[in-house]
Amino acid sequence: MGTKKVSQKDFEKWVEKLIGLQKVFGVQSKDDKYEFGALLKAENLRLDYDITILPPKKYFLPSTEQLFSFGESGFNSSVDGEPFILFGVHPYDFVAIRQLDVLFSMKNNDVYYQTRRNAATIIVCDVENISENAFSGFLGFDHVEKGFDLLVTKTGSDYLVESGSDKGKKLLSLMENAVDAQAADISKRSEKWKKNRELLKKQLLKANVNELPAALGKAYDHKIWNEKAEKCFSCGSCNLVCPTCYCFDVQDDFGWDLKSGERTRSWDGCMIENFATVAGDHNFRKNKSDRYRHRYYRKGKYVPEKIGEIACVGCGRCISACVARIANPVEIFNAVAEA
Amino acid sequence: MASGATNIYLPEYATITAAKQMTETEMYFSFKLDSGKPLGHMPGQFAEVSLPGIGEAPISISSSPGSNGTFEMVIRKIGNVTNKIHTMKQGEKIGIRGPFGTTFPVETAMKGKDIVFICAGLGIVPLRSAIQYVMENRKNYGKVTILSGTRTPSQRLFIDELKKWAAIKDVTVLETVDIAEDGWTGNVGVITTLFSKVEIDPAKTIALIVGPPVMYKFAILELRKYNMKHQDIYVSLERHMKCGVGKCGHCQINNLYCCQDGPVFSYADIENIREAI
Repeated sequence: MGTKKVSQKDFEKWVEKLIGLQKVFGVQSKDDKYEFGALLKAENLRLDYDITILPPKKYFLPSTEQLFSFGESGFNSSVDGEPFILFGVHPYDFVAIRQLDVLFSMKNNDVYYQTRRNAATIIVCDVENISENAFSGFLGFDHVEKGFDLLVTKTGSDYLVESGSDKGKKLLSLMENAVDAQAADISKRSEKWKKNRELLKKQLLKANVNELPAALGKAYDHKIWNEKAEKCFSCGSCNLVCPTCYCFDVQDDFGWDLKSGERTRSWDGCMIENFATVAGDHNFRKNKSDRYRHRYYRKGKYVPEKIGEIACVGCGRCISACVARIANPVEIFNAVAEA
Repeated sequence: MASGATNIYLPEYATITAAKQMTETEMYFSFKLDSGKPLGHMPGQFAEVSLPGIGEAPISISSSPGSNGTFEMVIRKIGNVTNKIHTMKQGEKIGIRGPFGTTFPVETAMKGKDIVFICAGLGIVPLRSAIQYVMENRKNYGKVTILSGTRTPSQRLFIDELKKWAAIKDVTVLETVDIAEDGWTGNVGVITTLFSKVEIDPAKTIALIVGPPVMYKFAILELRKYNMKHQDIYVSLERHMKCGVGKCGHCQINNLYCCQDGPVFSYADIENIREAI
């Protein structure tokens, strides 16, 4: 579908128009970092961000959400299907969303995820500034060429906006003074992609990604699991900031009348001590090293064997979030590939 | 909610049609779905039992599908949901999701074969669904051996049914307890001590094992002494199947989701899965 070119000023006018049209969630600054939040003014949008504290998966799998309420009228479920625009998703985070799309519809469709996903128009934007621990360039997740609703790329003082779906096309048609992008503009974008592929290599991944499931298959007893896990606080920070982690806990709560109430689900993490505990207090992954290994096996082997793609997108958030400094997937992947 | 989409997390109501204390910690329940439909399970499957406000717990189904639209569970008092359900009576309502998971191969691998049921502790609870199924379709199977072991005599479950099954032609029931109490005249010792009393023809036998996690490797070792093929040994594994539908991640056994790929596995399929046994 078409790619348009628009000036900074008209781009901002367009964003303002979108804000009037639908709920828009976009990247904004938060102290010295960035986060996705409700976008109230176009000028608050920060497409020059390096990385957001949390990935945008929270708009599809909120940190806590109601599964249903219960009371005298029985079990009642509802999920907000109001259309919204998610503005400024980086390519690696978009790849993560694409993976969750597959996992939440595989075998059993998750209506909560799916309803939110269908309600969203995702505007991907190419990376302007590189975060300190990025390595998506090694994984091929530094840019995306399809699947998005809209793709925004800053080229000099202009923006290129490509629509990749009917939803995107509809929003793009609202843009004023946009002209068709020329071959020269498109090649500028290609240049940027090429440059970003090299820049998004802050952590040096030497392992061959395609051979990773096999390498991990042979590394079950590798000494690195113990060496790293020894320092682990089992805090689950790596799980919480991860765009491809989607495990959840389920919790019931009564209301004040002790008759009605709700069942909710919340993000959970396989690194947390009691994640695999059953009734009677038997913990099937009691050792930190078992939990630690499980996380990397999920990213590098278990999920890839299901979806055909490595389930780490190279955002580097876990590396930054880990207080024990042990959560660098690149170190793990390199070590098992060398073994 | 998207129209027409089924919600995999939404329970349906069922009513308790019978409830009785079996041991100090175990209670028997029979349920019927309020929709009037049968649960539609096969032996070996489980369902999620909901007590709104308390929570949800995966519980194995203890009856064969042929029980007039009701289904049965034996529930140990051990967590929030199970403690609460122990206070509930006939006529009260619960929520049910399921059935979920794989089944014992009653209609496939087990057909025409001798069957050895190895039930340790609460293992008889899920295995009873398959034992009942075999007894209801007795001519489809060969010799049946039921090995049952509990910690103490007072923890024995389905005592009358074990007696009834033992009286059926070509059915052998052997029981043991880890620790004898006053009045117990039967075998004493862990369940593996019963193997010296049974004969197994590895060419035509299927073995099903359910018990506490620590027991599997010992029972499998005994069966391997008979040269049983690994694919003829079936186990049902316990994990926390929190969502039951392969999403929440809590029940994973390495790459496998116990709620979807299990809980029933052939030993051949999991012998190289390091977290399995």
